[in-house]
Amino acid sequence: MSLGRGRTQFTFNVDSLGFGRGEALPASALVPSPLFPPLQFRPVPLPTGEEVDYMLALKQELRASSKILPSHIRPGRVKIDVDRYSDKYQSGEPKHSAVEWNPDWSRLPRELCIMGPKTRKASECITAITLLHHRHFLTFAIEMAFFHCWFQQTLEKNEKNQSEGEEDEEKKKTGEEEEESGEGEDYDEEEFEEETDYIMSYFDNGEDFGGDSDDNMDEATY
Amino acid sequence: MTAQEVRLCALLLQEHFGEVVEKVGTHLLRSGALNLRALVKKSLCVLVQHGMCTFGPGRRGPAGPLEYRVSCERILYMLRYPRYIYTAKSLYGDTGELVMEEILQRGQMTMSNTVRTVADRLTQNMEDGQSTDYNDVVTAFSRLVETHFLQRFSEVPESPVGGKGGVQMKMVTWVQELQRKPNWSTQRWESRAVHTHLCECIYPQHQPLRCNSTPPALSPQACGDEGIYWQVNVERFHLHFRHQAIISAVASKLDQTSSEIVRTMLRMSEVTTPANAAYTQAVSANEIFRAVPPSYNISRPILDQYLTLLVDDPMEFVGKAGDSGGGMYVVNLHRALANLARATLESVVQERFGSRSARIFRLLLRKRHLEQKQVEDFAMIPAKEAKDMLYTLLSENLVQLQEIPKTPDHAPSRTFYLYTVNQLPTARLLLQNCYKAVGNLIDRRLFETKENKRHLEKSQRIEAILGSLQASGAEPAQLAEVEEMITAPERQQLEALRHHINKLDSSENQVDETIFLLESYIKSTSCSR
Repeated sequence: MSLGRGRTQFTFNVDSLGFGRGEALPASALVPSPLFPPLQFRPVPLPTGEEVDYMLALKQELRASSKILPSHIRPGRVKIDVDRYSDKYQSGEPKHSAVEWNPDWSRLPRELCIMGPKTRKASECITAITLLHHRHFLTFAIEMAFFHCWFQQTLEKNEKNQSEGEEDEEKKKTGEEEEESGEGEDYDEEEFEEETDYIMSYFDNGEDFGGDSDDNMDEATY
Repeated sequence: MTAQEVRLCALLLQEHFGEVVEKVGTHLLRSGALNLRALVKKSLCVLVQHGMCTFGPGRRGPAGPLEYRVSCERILYMLRYPRYIYTAKSLYGDTGELVMEEILQRGQMTMSNTVRTVADRLTQNMEDGQSTDYNDVVTAFSRLVETHFLQRFSEVPESPVGGKGGVQMKMVTWVQELQRKPNWSTQRWESRAVHTHLCECIYPQHQPLRCNSTPPALSPQACGDEGIYWQVNVERFHLHFRHQAIISAVASKLDQTSSEIVRTMLRMSEVTTPANAAYTQAVSANEIFRAVPPSYNISRPILDQYLTLLVDDPMEFVGKAGDSGGGMYVVNLHRALANLARATLESVVQERFGSRSARIFRLLLRKRHLEQKQVEDFAMIPAKEAKDMLYTLLSENLVQLQEIPKTPDHAPSRTFYLYTVNQLPTARLLLQNCYKAVGNLIDRRLFETKENKRHLEKSQRIEAILGSLQASGAEPAQLAEVEEMITAPERQQLEALRHHINKLDSSENQVDETIFLLESYIKSTSCSR
């Protein structure tokens, strides 16, 4: 804009730049400034004392106990790689926390109300019946065979323990009926969960094997 | 809500309530108010239960779907829970501490539920054969309510029978409603009849331990106070913390006796001063003289001298409001907060940039606007270094540059450039930095835990094995063998990890104290406008 006659003129007080005219320019930066520049002054050490220690302990306790409370909601289990047949029979629900969570539904809007205990049973009932339908053909033969074998056994044992056999029969019948009505939480989980005929460890797909052996193992594993 | 606040909220939610709630909460925070379509219902319930989310009629009016609003502040208060619990402990003992802990963890609870849980916990910690008197717990609870540390959870808007559709808001006078206790006034808790009734509520089948009446056939739930939920009144705690800050500032600036006088003044005017007032109600010197604790043995003329000293102090904690009654004195709350915030800012600059930069900063705070030459002269620092420091502070945005043009074309040679520091925007900037700092601390702690997850799990398993062995009465040789399963370097690593996590947690608590101070200051300036 303004042509300097003979010498360049700056429009501002050049001293404030920090270097005089004619001197070497400061070195130009070739890289962005570091993400964690070295600290010029070390920070003051944390306060210590009984109060501080107590609050620290409180904080850690609060954190630990809030993980157990029912208000800590864990996400559903994510499928890792391939779908496995055993997934259907392994429980996907995390264990119930020790304390049941029953908020006061009258204080929350109605639309937030997820199924109460009664409707849950109804929906379980529905799913159980549909399961039954779908697998009806597959399991029918197996069940018939199973029932037949069992019946033979009870006939053999009939003289020894007649009443016991009847009780077993009733239990088995009610066991299957309970499954159908969706209330069966009393029976042996190992055997009867999800209407399979196999014990639950049958579906153990071996993913947990080898993880528990941290003991001193002198012999080599093959 | 700024980005740093949202990030910190997300981390806190994730820690206490799990990932699902964290995602829901963050989503709501980022997008304001939303209706129900995209959200997981249960996480909303959790947030509403804890008072962090409110719902009400939406934008389309009462006929439209409900809208949910998450309060960022309320989530950030989760950082302060240990401080609330510690205060309750120092004021009301272990019982008060447990009551506060229960209610903080659950969000809201009925009185009978709380009393029951706390008594159970106390009994667990006692030796066998002893039991907790419910009276103690009830007394602690009612004292917390009377001093307003606990309050009623506010009424919910009614939802119509149809389920869908609108919501009617009940207009209630919040303050009275919040303090109203159920039909059982707390005085009745002490009477014998009510005491037995409470015992019967909690122990219908078992033998009541301290009551002599026979338990009638009452169900455990029907205690007469369903629907009456109590929550923690955080505002009252904040008031308490503010007073504590002022008292300790006076103690460190002057001496213990003056801090006692200020404490007395604050205590006397606690109930009469409205919240967020700029200064307390005036109290006369005569009243102060009567109310000061006798252990300090202050005579009347000495009290007058102390009061004059407090009034003349440049910090202006105490002001004189009149001459009746031996002199009317007030505590200047907002001014005290501003001074505390200023001291915080100065100490931050000092610790980060050195004492000479702090000198420049203090100079600019006092003198408001200064040219570069004047800064160098007043601060008595050589020009080159002063320039350097000023530019560093400028690049960190702690100092601002103000142009005052002499000519309309803003020519640089004919413009004044003045350096200035504005306390309020700088405080806001530092507050955001604090949020970022706590976010970083939590991140680092999670990272450390994840890195050493294997070690931690192994040590937990070994502890469990040790515990079960000890319970079943094993020999010391077996115990030693199990203990040896953790090698020495692993033990060292675990020790170091524990040390790091403790340090990070402690730092969070410490930063939260600064956050509280800066927040109070910023809130006080917005109130006085």
